[in-house]
Parts: sequence; C-alpha cells; structure tokens
Amino acid sequence: MYIFSAILILTAMGWLFGLSLGIASKYLKVENDPLVERIEALMPGSQCGQCGFPGCRPAAEALASGSAPVNLCPPGGNLLIEQLANLLGMAVDLSQSEDEEPLVARVSEATCTGCTRCFKVCPTDAIVGAPKQIHAVVADACIGCKKCVAVCPTECLQMHPVSVTLRDWRWPKPLANA
Amino acid sequence: MKMLSVLEHPRLRGGVHAEEHKTATATLPINLQFPLPKKLYIPVQQHVGKPAEPLVKVGEQVLKGQLLAYSQGTISAPIHAPSSGTIIDVLDYPAPHPSALPIRTIILETDGREQWIKTPAVADPFQLDAEEICLRVGAAGVVGLGGAVFPSAVKLNLGRKNSIHTLLINGGECEPYLTCDDRLMQERSEQIISGVRLMLRGMHGNRAIIGIEDNKPAAFAAMQTASQGFAEIEVVQVPARYPMGWDRQMLRYLTGWEIPADGRATDIGVVIHNVATAYAVYKAVILGQPLISRVVTVAGSAVGKPQNIEVLIGTLISELLDFCQADSQQTARLIIGGPMMGDALPLSEVPVVKACNGILALSHQDIAEPEVQPCIRCSQCVEACPVGLLPLEMASRIRVNQLEAAVDLGLKDCINCGSCSYVCPSNIPLVHYFKFASGELFKRQRQAHKAEQTKRLAEDRQQRMARIRQEADLEAQRTMEARAARARELEAATATAANSAHEVN
Amino acid sequence: MNNTAISGPHIAASNSNSTNQIMRKVILALLPATGFGIVIFGWPALYLCLISVGSALAFEAVCLQCRGLKPGHYLADGSALLTGLLVALSLPAWAPWWIAILGSAIAIVLGKQVYGGLGQNPFNPAMLARVALLISFPVEMTTWVNPGLILLGPGPIDSLAIIISGVANPDAVSGATTLGSVKTGFSLNQTLPGILYDYSGWLALLGWERGSLGETSSLLLLASGLWLWRQGVIQWYTPAALLGTLSVLALLSHWIDPQHFLSVWVHLNSGALMLVAFFIATDYVTSPNTRLGQLIFGAGCGLLIFVIRSWGGYPEGTGFAILLMNALTPVIDHYIKPRIYGRYRNGKPLDLGQTE
Repeated sequence: MYIFSAILILTAMGWLFGLSLGIASKYLKVENDPLVERIEALMPGSQCGQCGFPGCRPAAEALASGSAPVNLCPPGGNLLIEQLANLLGMAVDLSQSEDEEPLVARVSEATCTGCTRCFKVCPTDAIVGAPKQIHAVVADACIGCKKCVAVCPTECLQMHPVSVTLRDWRWPKPLANA
Repeated sequence: MKMLSVLEHPRLRGGVHAEEHKTATATLPINLQFPLPKKLYIPVQQHVGKPAEPLVKVGEQVLKGQLLAYSQGTISAPIHAPSSGTIIDVLDYPAPHPSALPIRTIILETDGREQWIKTPAVADPFQLDAEEICLRVGAAGVVGLGGAVFPSAVKLNLGRKNSIHTLLINGGECEPYLTCDDRLMQERSEQIISGVRLMLRGMHGNRAIIGIEDNKPAAFAAMQTASQGFAEIEVVQVPARYPMGWDRQMLRYLTGWEIPADGRATDIGVVIHNVATAYAVYKAVILGQPLISRVVTVAGSAVGKPQNIEVLIGTLISELLDFCQADSQQTARLIIGGPMMGDALPLSEVPVVKACNGILALSHQDIAEPEVQPCIRCSQCVEACPVGLLPLEMASRIRVNQLEAAVDLGLKDCINCGSCSYVCPSNIPLVHYFKFASGELFKRQRQAHKAEQTKRLAEDRQQRMARIRQEADLEAQRTMEARAARARELEAATATAANSAHEVN
Repeated sequence: MNNTAISGPHIAASNSNSTNQIMRKVILALLPATGFGIVIFGWPALYLCLISVGSALAFEAVCLQCRGLKPGHYLADGSALLTGLLVALSLPAWAPWWIAILGSAIAIVLGKQVYGGLGQNPFNPAMLARVALLISFPVEMTTWVNPGLILLGPGPIDSLAIIISGVANPDAVSGATTLGSVKTGFSLNQTLPGILYDYSGWLALLGWERGSLGETSSLLLLASGLWLWRQGVIQWYTPAALLGTLSVLALLSHWIDPQHFLSVWVHLNSGALMLVAFFIATDYVTSPNTRLGQLIFGAGCGLLIFVIRSWGGYPEGTGFAILLMNALTPVIDHYIKPRIYGRYRNGKPLDLGQTE
C-alpha cells in the first residue's frame, strides 16, 4: 500500500513541478537572450570565421546554446576561454592549452603583384596599397586571421611571429615537471 | 577583525633568514683602482620610464660628464659620458637582462685623459632653492640605486608637491652577498648625510630616518657619527631579515604605517630613497657631477678576489670579472644584482648600468638546481611571504593557466622577492610562476586592447562596405532608371516619328 | 633564448628541510613508538608493520605506473612508506595480514592516488584507512591484545601463524581498551571511578596498555612530536590547539560530573591522541595553510574528539574527528587568509591616512 501512495505522490509532484516549469517558461520568457549579447561582447568581433561559424554573432549563439566549446575562438586565446568559462559557469581545464604565438602577415615585396585581393578580404583593413602597387601590412592592426594568405595568388603573403623586443619580453612559464 | 591579527607580528611579517655571505667583501675598502676601460657601452635606458634620446653623433668628441642623451617626457632620466673620448657607434647591443635582447647603446672609446666638462660651482648648496635642487638632481641623471631605478627628481618633486613629513633612507641591503651600500655607508657616511640633507631641503621635508640592518654595525656606527649635529636625521637599526630592504617592509617596521595597495608612499606623506641614491644626490648637487659611476659588489665563490669596486657606468661585466679573477670555468651562473631577486645573465659581455649593485659569479655548490617535487602544502611559503599572500594557492592556479583566479588571490600585490621559492621544500619555482603570470596578464591586457581596436576596425569596415553596397545599389538603380527613361524617350521619339510620318502620309 | 631564462632566487635555503627530509624525519620520529609497540605486542606487530609498509610501497608503485610516472623516482620521497607505517601503527597489533594489506590499499589508492598523488588528497590517508577498516571489520579492528614483553609472548614462527590464521583463543589474550571499557561500563549503567578500577595513569603514559600497535605510548609520541617541532617539521599551533581544547573540555566536564566524564589524564593518554595530535592533525596536505586556520583546525579536532568520546557510538573518536575536520579544511582556508600588505582583510585597499 505504501508503495502505491509513494508512487502517487511522486507522480503528482512531478506533474506539478513540470506544469509550473512549463508555465514559467511561457510567461517569464526572456526575449533575445541577453547571454548571447554578453558573449558577443567578449568575442574579438573581427568576424574572421576561424571558429567555423560565419561570424562572431553565430558563434556566440552556438556558445549560448551549448553546442560549441568555449575554446572555439583561436584569436581570443586563453583569456577568452577563461572569460567564457566564467560567464557560462563551466569548469575548464586550461592546463594543456597554451596560447599560440601571435603571428602577423607580412608582404614580400619581390612577389607582390598589386592584385588587391588581400586587402579586399582583410577584416580589419590592416593591408594598405593600391592596384598595381605593392601592398603592406599594418602589423598593429593585423589579427593573424590568415584570410589574406589564402587568397594571395603569388604566395607573397606569409605569417611571421611577432619579434620580441626588450620592452615586451616577458618571463616564460616555468617548465612543469611536477 | 582585530582578533584575526593576533597571530601576525604587527610590524614585521614573513621573510627569511638567508645565509649572508657578506663578510668576504664587507671588510675590504671600496677598490678605486679599476683601470679605465678602452670602450664603454652606455645603454640609453637605465631607468624606469621613457628611454633617453641620444644627442651625440658618431665620431663626436665628448668630455667626462657631458650629456649624451637627454631625458624624454616626465618620467625619464638623462645619460652622461662616464669618461672623455670619442663616440664610435650608436647601435643595438645586448642588455644586462636575462633575455640579453638588444637595447640602443652608445659606445664611447675613451682617450684616457678623463677630462671633465666644466661645471658651474655652487657657493653654498644648502642655500639652494628646493626647485633648484630637484632640477640639479634630475639633470644629473640620478635614479634610485636600490634597484628600482625610478628617476629620483620625480620622487623629490612629488614629495615637494605633497606635504611630506618623513624621508626614509633605506640602508637595508638585505640581499645576501651584496655589501656595496654597507661599504658606502662606512666610508662615505658624511657625504651620504649631506645628500640626505639636500633631499630634505629639496622637498621641504623636516625629518629623515635612516634604517640599517643590524648585521652592519660598522656602517651603523659611521652613519650615527656622521649624523650627529643634525637633529632632523635619525639613524636606526632594523633586524636583518630578508626582504627588509623592501622599502614598504622597512617603513612598516620603523613607523607602523602601511602604504595602501593602490597608492604611493607620498600618499601617506613619506618618500623613500636608497643610501646610494643619497650619495648620488650629494655628488650631483655639491660636486656638480652626474651619475656616471657606482659601487658594485663582485662576489660569489667563483670569484678569486671578491670586493667592492667603484666602476664607470658602461664598463663591461666581463672586464670586471677578469679584474676580480673570476674563474669562468667554475662559474655555473652569472647574476646581476643579488641572489634572491637578481637575474641570471646568459653572457658576460654586457655593461654595468645604474641599477647594477652586484655581480655574482656563483659556482655549482652555491646555486640551487634541485629537482622540483609536488607541493605538499606545508605552507612554509605562506609563513615566508612578507606581503601576506598564499603562494602555493596562486602557483597551483597559474600552473593550469587560471590567471584570473590567481589575481583574485592577490597576484598583483606580489613583490617578486622570492622568499617563497627560497623556503619551498619541494623546490617549486613559485616566484617564477608569479613573474610569468604578471607578464601574461600584461600580454592579455594588450591583447584586450588590440581586440577592442580590431572590433572597431572591423565595424568601420562593415559599415563602409554596407555604404558602398548601398551606393552601388543606388547607382545601379539610377542607371536602370536612366536606361528605362532613355528607352521610354527613345520609344516616344520613335512613336512621334511614326506619328509624324503618319501625318506626312 | 626565451625558454632558458632562469628566475631567482639562485640560492637555496641550506638550513631548511627538503620534502624528502621532512618525510624521513617524520618516519624517524615514529620509530620509537613503533619499536615500543613491537616490544610490548611481540612478533605479530613487527610482521604487521612489514606487511603494511611493503604493501603500501607496492600499491604506490602500481598506481604511479598506471599514471605513467616512474615509480622508483617518486617512491624515494618516502611518503608512501610513511603512510604505510601510520596505517600499521593504527591497527590492532595482532590484526590478520589482510587487514594490513587492505588498510594500505585504502590509504594509498583511495586515500591518495585517485586524487592525483602526493599533496592532492583531501583526507588523511592513514585515518581514512583506519576509519574504513573500523566500520567494515569491527571484530578484527577491536581485538586488542594484552601487552606483554616480546620474549615472553609467542615466538617468530607462532606469530606468523597468528598473523595468517588469527589467534586460536582470542578472549584469553585480549580485552578492551581503556576507552572501550568505559563505553561498555556506561552502557551497563556503571559509573566512572568503578569502571576504571585497575587503571594506572603511569602505565598509560608509558604505553603499557591495550591499544593499537603504535598509539599506546603517549610519552614516546609526545617526545617525538616535540622533537619534530624543534626540527621545524611541524608547527605548534595544531597540536597545542587540539590538546588544549580537549583538556579544557575534559577538565570542565569532569569537574561538573566526575562520574560520567573522563579525566584529562585519561583523555590525553588513550585512543591514539598523541599520535593524532602530533602526526596526523599536523599533516600538511589535509590541514589549513595559515596559523589561525591551523589553530581552528586543531581546536575543532579537539572538540570533535571530546564530543565523540563523550556521547558518540564509538569509544574513541580521533579518526572521525580528523576526517570531519579534513573536510572542513578547504572552508577554513577559504575564509581564513592572511591580510595582504596595504589592504584590509576583505581585500580592499587601505584608506589614506589610516595607520594601523
């Protein structure tokens, strides 16, 4: 007998809670998920597409729905991963993920034909030049998305690591053998 | 809240008793017989702030004490010729830095005449205006010689503008091996006291405390004798406990005051200078000599004749080591500065700079190269931290790249004194983790800045593209309309022509 | 070039202990009590120690191998040896061989390695093993043999049989511990001075009484603990707070109701108290980081031990008390942090003009 009453009570409770949840989701619905906005604000916003999504907004939506991992954005680096994990309340293991060395594109003058294809695809206008003239990359504005490398017909655009100077030298991470 | 601090010494917290290794050099007088180097390598940046801008040309003859590079901006310091001779080059030369990356360096070939530039004599320096004193200190390129190399004139000016009640002179010299300040206080105490009086005058201060660690009784006695007759200067002993030379630690010990975490010493009415800086101020104001030389401790068990030497700025460290008969075969690690906070140099052909208070050639038996073991949470690092941080917790976060978590634990308050690494039974390079994390945070800050810029650029571009597209659409529409109009006109014209033809018919 | 930069400090403290030295000193400090246990409980005690330590080392090696680490290298740190020894010391001296092996397995595998090895475990491995065994095998874990000199007890061969197949007639050679008999006495509505009619304070201090292998001699454990403190291996905060809290509570309660509450002397000299105060509660890994935290931890242990002994179901409560306080350690560490220079305790920068 007890077992039936237990089953009954639990079933009733299940229905009740399910119903209230259903009602809540209907009447307390938040239009235009603010989470997506907050995620998008954290993203680099260069619409580079390295994550596989067409832009930062779709990527943010995917993150908010949980269908994309927090480490999807290569330009964002560990900083973005940590911020996203904090925002989404996820534990994330960063111990194995080291930031990639930042790269910038550089034009080799010898082979540039001045075709203008590269600066048409550059998301940050970091390539300057004119038709039939050699183009140049503004290193400060380059985000290393490699889009220009893909379109260059003569392979004159190449990615190079940013050279370290005394001013921006920083201590490397200690070698962890413990 | 008061109850919680029962277990903390109110004025002295953390720190370590490091083996001193000071006796070998503390008993010898400062050696003034170092031969004049053939070439001097003078980096244009030997201070915190903006680098100085060279104003001499290659091939130019310069006199000793002549300005070589002028200071740029508010926080900067000029550089002077340490000797007379010819400028033979201005190029990028390895810096005395663990990375040995290049820095712009003026190379001076000495002519051996040591010919001084003429300096205007001062009748009575103690009658000079406060502004005038600050000006002279700034023009002489005096920077904090305790290691921070912050331009001294900037500090004095700050002191003059804020109401300062105490000038603290740091004679702690808590790093093992180093005795250059000790010897300076023993041999040139009167000059240091003059420098202190000038500093007081330079910022309208009326009280100075000179703190000296109690392992330097001779220096303490000399300074006390020299300060007699100056009621405003008080010489006191502080316990020898690394890092007593951390200026804030000494201030807390002597006065009980703490500088707020986001503040400066001047915020609470205090200015702190090093004893060697006081001596440099004396030279700058009374003798009119810029900062072109300093006392350097050369020590370590690979050094045959450890001693303190007064050398010109720009002297190569390798020459200094040869002079002190250092055995390069035995040298396992070459260190600039003290063994706790100093940096290992990858090569010895780098110049002595204003910040360089010691050069240590340590052999294998001196240095710590033990293997790293897992943290056993013994909390000795917590006991040793003079700031009150939890090094073990911070390092465990940084190890897995959780920098924000480390910042929450107080990473930014770390002073990199190395006490935690020193006591760690598992030899974990704790302070190295903190240095790495600080650098990484700086990188992230720049990255965030760049991301913002990128976002702006990308948005601008998108707007522009949209505008161009819109304009193109408009243009196309206009073309279409024009074409349509023309077609209509043409049609109308044909129709009219047909009509008129019809009429003709 | 970037990866070769070596950070200071370039010299190491010559006067402080390395991790291996710390482990070695703690093991050394436990040897007198171990020796005493072997002397009074005979050959089975020695065998038990060897089995326990040996199996602890074996389990550690297997776990390290599974984690892809070199066992030889990590075994040298001595932590597994220490854990094995502590497990042995907290077992009844004539416990069967499999109890020792099981104890080591629980301590090393479940207590330590599953969390990631040395320094990662939330609970003290030896206490975890002791409590797990006590709950699972109450008979084997409470068969306390009478003390007697090793020369008068069973010989090496007979002892082997005891360890392998158990003692033939347990009731003849064993009995209850002091705390156990008190608990039984209370359940039979007896009162205190009567229950402990044959209790000798001096023998308890020396360790001539029934109990776990290495816990009986309060005197030797106290002396070893003080030596460890002088050696700088442990700090005084935790033991002092533990012993102090328990003493004060025992003093008060015994003064109020001497018929139902044990005296301070009995509390301090029984139930592994000294072993726990100096060797278990001071375990770095599972106790708080700060001085104040360690005081709270010690006081909490003392309080829990008193509560469990006075009102709990088990006669001696050290194991449970330690585990409960271990669980609280992260909380203590979260709330008790040192004040950072230039900041208030809550992390806000100091106000200008305030001079604390």
